[in-house]
Amino acid sequence: MKLNPARLLLYLVLIAFAFYYLMPVYVLVVTSLKSFAEVNLYRMWNPPRTFSLESFRRALFGGMGYQGLASNILNSVIMVLPATLISAALGSLNGYIFARWQFRGANTLFTLALFGMFIPYQSILIPLVQTLKSIGLYGTIPGLILTHVIYGIPITTLIFRNYYATVPKELVEAARIDGAGLLGVYRRIMLPLSLPGFAVVLIWQFTSIWNDFLFAVTIAQNPAVQPVTVALNNLAGSFIVEWNVQMAGALLAALPTLLVYIFLGRYFMRGLLAGSLKG
Amino acid sequence: MRKVGWLLAVFVAVGLLGWAQAGAPLVLDKPSSLANISLAVFGDSAYAPAIMRATNSKALVDHTFVRISRLDEVLPAGAKLWIPDAAWAKAFLAIWDPNRVEDLFGGGKLVVGSWWTAGGEAEGLEALFALYREHFPDVVIVNATVAGGAGFVFKAVLKPRLIAGDPPDTFQLHAGLEVEGYSPEVYLRPLDDLYAIFGWDKVFPPDLLDLMRYEGHYWGVPVNIHRSNVLWYNKEIFAKYNLKPPANWDEFFQICEILKGKGIVPITLANAGGWEAPHLFETILASTLTPEEYRGLWTGATPWTHPGVTRALEILKKILDYANPDYSAHTWDTVLEYIAAGRGAMNVMGDWAMGWFMAKGVDVGWAPVPGTKGVFVALSDTFAFPKRAPNPINVIGWLAVCGSKEGQIAFNMRKGSIPARTDITAEERAQFNPYLQSCMEDWARDAIVPSVMHGAAAPESWVVDFKDAINLFLVTRDIAGTQAALVAAAKAALGK
Amino acid sequence: MWFKRKRDQILSVLLVLPSALAILVFVYAFIALTTYVSFSNWNRLVPDYTFVGTANYLRLFQNPRFLITLRNLGVFTGLFVGGSLTLGFLLAVLLDRRIKAEGLFRTIYLYPLALSFIVTGVVWRWLLNPGSPQMGSTGINLLLEMMGLGFLKTGWYTDPRIGIIAVAVAAIWQMSGYVMAMYLAGLRGIPEELREAARVDGASELQIYRFVVLPLLRPITFGALIVLGHISLKIYDLVVAMTGPGPGYSCDVPAYFMWELTFRANRFAQGAGIAIILLAIVSILIVPYLRYSLRREVEA
Repeated sequence: MKLNPARLLLYLVLIAFAFYYLMPVYVLVVTSLKSFAEVNLYRMWNPPRTFSLESFRRALFGGMGYQGLASNILNSVIMVLPATLISAALGSLNGYIFARWQFRGANTLFTLALFGMFIPYQSILIPLVQTLKSIGLYGTIPGLILTHVIYGIPITTLIFRNYYATVPKELVEAARIDGAGLLGVYRRIMLPLSLPGFAVVLIWQFTSIWNDFLFAVTIAQNPAVQPVTVALNNLAGSFIVEWNVQMAGALLAALPTLLVYIFLGRYFMRGLLAGSLKG
Repeated sequence: MRKVGWLLAVFVAVGLLGWAQAGAPLVLDKPSSLANISLAVFGDSAYAPAIMRATNSKALVDHTFVRISRLDEVLPAGAKLWIPDAAWAKAFLAIWDPNRVEDLFGGGKLVVGSWWTAGGEAEGLEALFALYREHFPDVVIVNATVAGGAGFVFKAVLKPRLIAGDPPDTFQLHAGLEVEGYSPEVYLRPLDDLYAIFGWDKVFPPDLLDLMRYEGHYWGVPVNIHRSNVLWYNKEIFAKYNLKPPANWDEFFQICEILKGKGIVPITLANAGGWEAPHLFETILASTLTPEEYRGLWTGATPWTHPGVTRALEILKKILDYANPDYSAHTWDTVLEYIAAGRGAMNVMGDWAMGWFMAKGVDVGWAPVPGTKGVFVALSDTFAFPKRAPNPINVIGWLAVCGSKEGQIAFNMRKGSIPARTDITAEERAQFNPYLQSCMEDWARDAIVPSVMHGAAAPESWVVDFKDAINLFLVTRDIAGTQAALVAAAKAALGK
Repeated sequence: MWFKRKRDQILSVLLVLPSALAILVFVYAFIALTTYVSFSNWNRLVPDYTFVGTANYLRLFQNPRFLITLRNLGVFTGLFVGGSLTLGFLLAVLLDRRIKAEGLFRTIYLYPLALSFIVTGVVWRWLLNPGSPQMGSTGINLLLEMMGLGFLKTGWYTDPRIGIIAVAVAAIWQMSGYVMAMYLAGLRGIPEELREAARVDGASELQIYRFVVLPLLRPITFGALIVLGHISLKIYDLVVAMTGPGPGYSCDVPAYFMWELTFRANRFAQGAGIAIILLAIVSILIVPYLRYSLRREVEA
């Protein structure tokens, strides 16, 4: 397209906004590359005078009195992958049923599920802990997985429901005339088309479960099974805050989700384009 | 019999140190039951389970010791046992539930909950762990810390666990009324018997013991003492302007006037954590009220309408005029940068600030907060014993380490506080830095009053109300309204 | 045929049953319990379920801090939801214009979604730290100074008049990319013919947006409102990491206050009361909108 003043202005505006979005990452990266002596709140915009990966090393493997993030990253992975996959599968099934098979009271049920999403989780911590304890899953990673799966049901169902609602009725009708029942339609029509929907849900759930702190700190008692968010909080400590290590730790903890958005972001967009969140 | 008699003498000597799991090996010269051994060594056959447990613990790491499978077992000649020292054995009997046969076999874990995750605190904790491991190598220590100042996050993790009946084996607890928030009569084990067995009721100062007692019992073993009412100042600025540390608030505000407008913040203040400013206020209260009046605030003996409270609020209001405007962006440690950079003159904070200054290499001056000379606003960290601790026998050793002189010296030198025990010798004292040495002297002679912001003076519910009132005051500067709020908070807490 | 339909009806209910049961227990049973606790006397660590009526609610509404948090929540929600929707929509409109390197811009606007609120809070705490006359400016204020715009400096979250607005700035930064992605997808889904037809009829671009585009995007706005609304009401991590309660509680939010009341002051009953009040706010605002939107879909 031609580069007239209007287009130029457009690009300038976009670049200006890009600065707004990139500014914090600049600070994160620059601070984590500085040594502790150089880190200074009042010179945060200055690039590091000497590049040092020391803070990353300390954030990963520990330092004076704190444990590093390395082992906890593994815990997060072990927790997040099953939780994401299971909650996506459940969401897909539920979303399909709510979109296509209107049984009596389905709408009310759906509204109730969405409404339940709004309760602050701080207020249900105690009954949650007691319930998990009574089924023997308290303090374990499977307990965390179960928690995330259950509390992820409303949002995954919402996304899939909206997605499946955009599948043309004719396709479904054709399959039903061929004799397919509920599961048949799901298997033959919906599932093959689900990829974009799964892209959105998997990315969304991966991010929210990976970044969760509240359930992680409440349920995962043993430091050996704690996810990375708890370890990151411990990095901050209650004494001298080593900002370069904290920022390095924050970057490391955010790396998986960042990579997901940077490299898989187009599938997220494609999933949205294919109608998943159109309503 | 002679051999046993000699061992007994050793135990008595060792027992006097109040040490746990010191002890000595014993090789049987003829087959014997535990009951008889116990009778011979301790003069009472009831200590058999203690001997069994001590031996089994040793056997887990040193296979020359015999493994005992039953309490009534008759052990063969040549069997090597470990006789624990008398104090530990007594404590074992006091704690052990005979239904819990698994406790007789040693090993297991020790889950220690705290919010000490970084810096000197973590080092101090590690030193205690190291000491524990020396004496109890069969136990695996699980360091269940959760970061967050004053246990902000930790308490939210601990309380559901206590309610659900799955607590850690031991956890950090401030000495004083903070224990009320744990409903100790339901969830914690009173430690009066351990205090008697290990002699702690003789070696901790009476003022501290008064602080520790709640509903007539002791609920924790203190590891340290911190002082809250310390004024830190930049020596260079004071030298440059020919200033001395202020002895009262008039002198303080004179200094502020001199420094104002010279590009220096006279009195630096932090409040990002919400507690730093109330901390300052509690030290001001300690200056406008006598120690008895101050203590009376928390028991209801002194009404909060007392003019001393009004005067304290007036002083705080005036301080705000000289303080840095960005106080809500600073935590207690980041604001000290002002002093380190020579842009701030004074700061009021507990003596954990010393650790920060030392780490930054700043030669800082200290003095009691104006008007509080001779008053020591105290707080203390202790370790508590939940009733449903999963490994109760291991906790005995932990509490013993925490209460021991060796443990307290190792811990406090790294944390930057002073030991709670009174039997520290002069050479041992000399190992501490100059500030801590002067602190120990003050501790021995000043009037002790409890800190409110750090869990000693009031139950947590009241602490939160107190804190909220002062936080609002920082913005409203409304003396009458805030005093009314403080009165209401006391009324709600004391039920009057 | 009816047999198959009947079977499918039963099957559909059966398949949803596990999720429904899980929600019933882990959400609604807990909500019921929380509701009961809010009317109880549970004010120490030991649970105490004695019924005391509305006493806890009365005490909450008499607490100046609670009222401040409610006000902050209103301000925050308005700014956060409104700001994210507006900024997201604006960016989507701009990106919809066949931009070179659209993928790059999209990724830049979208990536903050990958961060946790805690990381966002830590970074924005630095960015919006105003500095001081003695130590010099820092963060955005320093940037403004360097660009010659020093008069725009403010105290950000250290100024009690601004407080929660600073938190909203960070939150908008985090979530507006998500709104942008949704609107972009929605815009791409609008057939060009519709817009052409309107143009032929003589409508200006602005009118096209108002009367053609925006109505078609309503379902997206609905989805975004749900997600943004629920994040906003539960906002907690960001406040903890970024500002704490702030001067005079100007950054405090109900979820934060509830945490302190419950786990510090042991006032479990009052904490539960705050949770129920938040749910009540949701009921009044969101539920009618939910039902209305769902019904419209069924009609469509």
